[in-house]
Amino acid sequence: MSADYALVMPEIIMAVGAMALLMLGAFGGGERQTNRVVWTSAALMAGLGAWIASGDVPQGSAFNGDFVVDGFSRFAKVLILFSSALVLLLGEGYLARREVLRFEYPILILLATLGMMMMVSSGGLISLYMGLELQSLALYVVAAFNRESPRSTEAGLKYFVLGALSSGLLLYGASLIYGYTGSTRFEVIAHVIETEGVNLGVTFGLVFICAALAFKISAAPFHMWTPDVYEGSPTPVTFFFATAPKVAAAGMFARVLFDGFGHAVAEWQQVLVFVSIASMFLGAIAAIGQSNLKRLMAYSSIGHMGFALVGLAAGTEAGAQSLLLYLAIYVVMNLGVFSFILSMERDGSPVVKIADLAGLARVRPAHALAVAVLMFSLAGLPPMVGFFAKFFVFKAAVDAGLAPLALAGAVASVIGAYYYMNIVRIMYLTEPGEPLELRVNWLHNVTIGASALIMGVGWVPYFGGLGVPEMALGAAQALLR
Amino acid sequence: MTNLLTLITFLSLIGALILVGFLRGDDEMAQLNAKRLALLVTTATFLLSLAVLTGFDPSDPGFQFVEQGEWMAGLTYKMGVDGLSLPFVMLTTFFFPLTIYASWGVDTRVKEYMACFLLLETLILGVFTSLDLILFYLFFEGGLIPMFLIIGVWGGKDRVYAAFKFFLYTLLGSLLMLVAMIYMYFDAGTTDIVALLNHQFSYEGFDVLGWHVVGGAQTLMWLAFFASFAVKMPMWPVHTWLPDAHVQAPTAGSVILAAILLKMGGYGFLRFSLPMFPVASDIMANFVFWLSVIAIIYTSLVAMMQEDIKKLVAYSSVAHMGFVTIGIFAANQQSIDGAMFQMISHGFISGALFLCVGVVYDRMHTREIAAYGGLVNRMPIFAAVMMLFTLATVGLPGTSGFVGEFLILTGTYQVSTWTAFGATTGVILSAAYALWLYRRVVFGDLIKESLKSITDMDGREVTFMVPLVVMTILLGIYPSLATDLFGPTVEALVENVHTALENAQAAAVQLAAR
Repeated sequence: MSADYALVMPEIIMAVGAMALLMLGAFGGGERQTNRVVWTSAALMAGLGAWIASGDVPQGSAFNGDFVVDGFSRFAKVLILFSSALVLLLGEGYLARREVLRFEYPILILLATLGMMMMVSSGGLISLYMGLELQSLALYVVAAFNRESPRSTEAGLKYFVLGALSSGLLLYGASLIYGYTGSTRFEVIAHVIETEGVNLGVTFGLVFICAALAFKISAAPFHMWTPDVYEGSPTPVTFFFATAPKVAAAGMFARVLFDGFGHAVAEWQQVLVFVSIASMFLGAIAAIGQSNLKRLMAYSSIGHMGFALVGLAAGTEAGAQSLLLYLAIYVVMNLGVFSFILSMERDGSPVVKIADLAGLARVRPAHALAVAVLMFSLAGLPPMVGFFAKFFVFKAAVDAGLAPLALAGAVASVIGAYYYMNIVRIMYLTEPGEPLELRVNWLHNVTIGASALIMGVGWVPYFGGLGVPEMALGAAQALLR
Repeated sequence: MTNLLTLITFLSLIGALILVGFLRGDDEMAQLNAKRLALLVTTATFLLSLAVLTGFDPSDPGFQFVEQGEWMAGLTYKMGVDGLSLPFVMLTTFFFPLTIYASWGVDTRVKEYMACFLLLETLILGVFTSLDLILFYLFFEGGLIPMFLIIGVWGGKDRVYAAFKFFLYTLLGSLLMLVAMIYMYFDAGTTDIVALLNHQFSYEGFDVLGWHVVGGAQTLMWLAFFASFAVKMPMWPVHTWLPDAHVQAPTAGSVILAAILLKMGGYGFLRFSLPMFPVASDIMANFVFWLSVIAIIYTSLVAMMQEDIKKLVAYSSVAHMGFVTIGIFAANQQSIDGAMFQMISHGFISGALFLCVGVVYDRMHTREIAAYGGLVNRMPIFAAVMMLFTLATVGLPGTSGFVGEFLILTGTYQVSTWTAFGATTGVILSAAYALWLYRRVVFGDLIKESLKSITDMDGREVTFMVPLVVMTILLGIYPSLATDLFGPTVEALVENVHTALENAQAAAVQLAAR
């Protein structure tokens, strides 16, 4: 039993830390402590991230296999912890200026992150649901965090109602699986499917689970909440939605499908192929008409999740590797783009219209250049690193015999390139309008600069991809073992 | 020096990063520093490429200076040059210092301008040196970004329209090529260009939606590559982005576009279409001939009626590239030698013509032919230089323009008489539009008030014209300088293509006999 606790030590530290900080906030003078709580939370997450990355954490499975610590969970957790910590710090100034920064905010982020760590480590349907709900409940609250604003409240409520629906779908699917296989643990489910084959009940349950998970990663046709929630939530919260939860949900998706249903690839492959094609095209086409940057990024995230799912749909080791690589690259790009969106202001209030970027290249050439690089990368134009994200998922799909899927993805990425280029056009080729203020501190600048630099020159062969592809490969191998 | 090609390719990227990352301020000193740094980096690249040229053994048709290494996630990084790519590497490294020097007068956003050009140099050199499909695609597509910015930011009045047109045209073409590349990887199991050159792609016909595809997979892949290279070339009828892009681009952008970027299409045909899909190339040769002959005659006629000097030169480029495509797909030693020669010589001549246009544009800020006339009275040096390049573009013996066209026409005559006949009318038409342009701009009396105070080329302008004049004449009177470089490689290429075709024919005969 004590060995089990050693495995969940990072999670225990997170949970205890969150509660201790809650006490500090509640009894230690409330609002005066906010800044301290923010920094402590971020330091806690970054510290845990570094600890997990160092490899000193023991690996194995705990609690009868319901909780798994392996290379895959390590990769995902490091990504989740570091991006959460960074998002927390980057968004602090924005919330403080709007006077909505309360000490509960960092604690909710901590709890959501704890839920995500649980999700990517889940070894069974029960632990998966626990992690998912812990994450979701915290996210519903932060979406409505600006409670004075009707938009934010609406976003939180919308997210909650639809999220509850998807949780219901997940539970229904899980109960079917349990009924037909006799266990909630992935290991046993996989064994039953391997020996007895797939029956109708399992297929039904699987489809329900896939639908619920597609909802969580905002893939079409379960994407409806995304644009409204992205637009309505305070920008730092949107920023958070676009980074760590995506990694967690996609990681969990991979866990369920590979660990639990690795012998039923044919059953879920067609679902994923459909979902990814729908997402890629919806993301590309619906984003063209957007004038609000946050909504645009919402559709962009739908599209990107579609591309990431192409890797998952391949159902191979290379596919899982490409998925993880895609997520890592996507998160780094979003860190840069949202750090920028976050700091756009005019006369002290935030602006998020694309038209507000007019002529930015004249006024803030360095920032404009960085954003342009990130846009090229999001569009997947070579030689930016974003191209490789797409290339590897397509390659995995072709290797798995899904060439038409790769073809569809290539078409969708050309359509999608238009709206990213449009942003570059507005920044570079139009005259400056009313001056745009950028409320950036050193951390924003470093994040934007580093993210653009990685995307712009990370492909240069000398860097060897910074070793990330190998890490993703190790994680994928752990997942398929 | 085993990493020489990598060094040449990435040196200017490092320069661009230094410009963007470390050069502060926008005062005159900073601008001058940006220009100096760009000139320094491109000159160093040129000097390094001379080392490749001297170390290159022209008699060996294989790849030389090959570097190979792990890239990431199973991708390979492979570079090398052979007789087909080295001339273009040299052309690129030769032209970049010139264009940087020719852009000394730019005064808006100088730092970004120079960084864009340096980035562009890296990407272009990468296209010619990469020996891996993915690496090639990366560089080939990447060139779009700096070119989009160069046209869009520093261009003329309708620059946004031109930039988007350029971007979408070329992106659409490349998409199909990417799909074909994925299929090639799927079929051959490798992305190594050297291995792919030896891989035989299936040419068995099959039916798609009731249509019988002669040449099968080869034809489909050939068409996909054709879509991309034909747009880059550009061939009629997908050439319409070129005049727009040229007119709106700044002078240096036009020079790079005409002298180097257009050659990517021809290089692609020679590197991929012809050797990898020989059967499809044979099947589609007549199709290419038709398009090219139409391009030569039609665009020459269009060029004749242009009122804008740059547009005229742009249309003449389309016509000249028509010769190149004919030469490539006529697929014999003379015609391909001619096509290679024509591409190199067109690089010098059209680059020089755009620089000439830039010289008068900088003074008068108009490119309308009607705004000029009688320049010879006040600009004797300019008149002499422009006459040389006008005659070279017409193909006067003694200039490099003659050698390429002559070789192509003799080579093509052996394959298709009517094509050679049609193309030859283009030579006559080119004399018509080029000489007429020259007469209207340079000769006549100087009657326009605005031209009365125009000054002749200054020292800087003469400096960047001299190398071009020298090269044009040198290649004209001593063509072996270039043909020795690519001759053996072309010979091997032609032999491979013919062997493949004979094998295919033998197989077809066998099949029919059975």
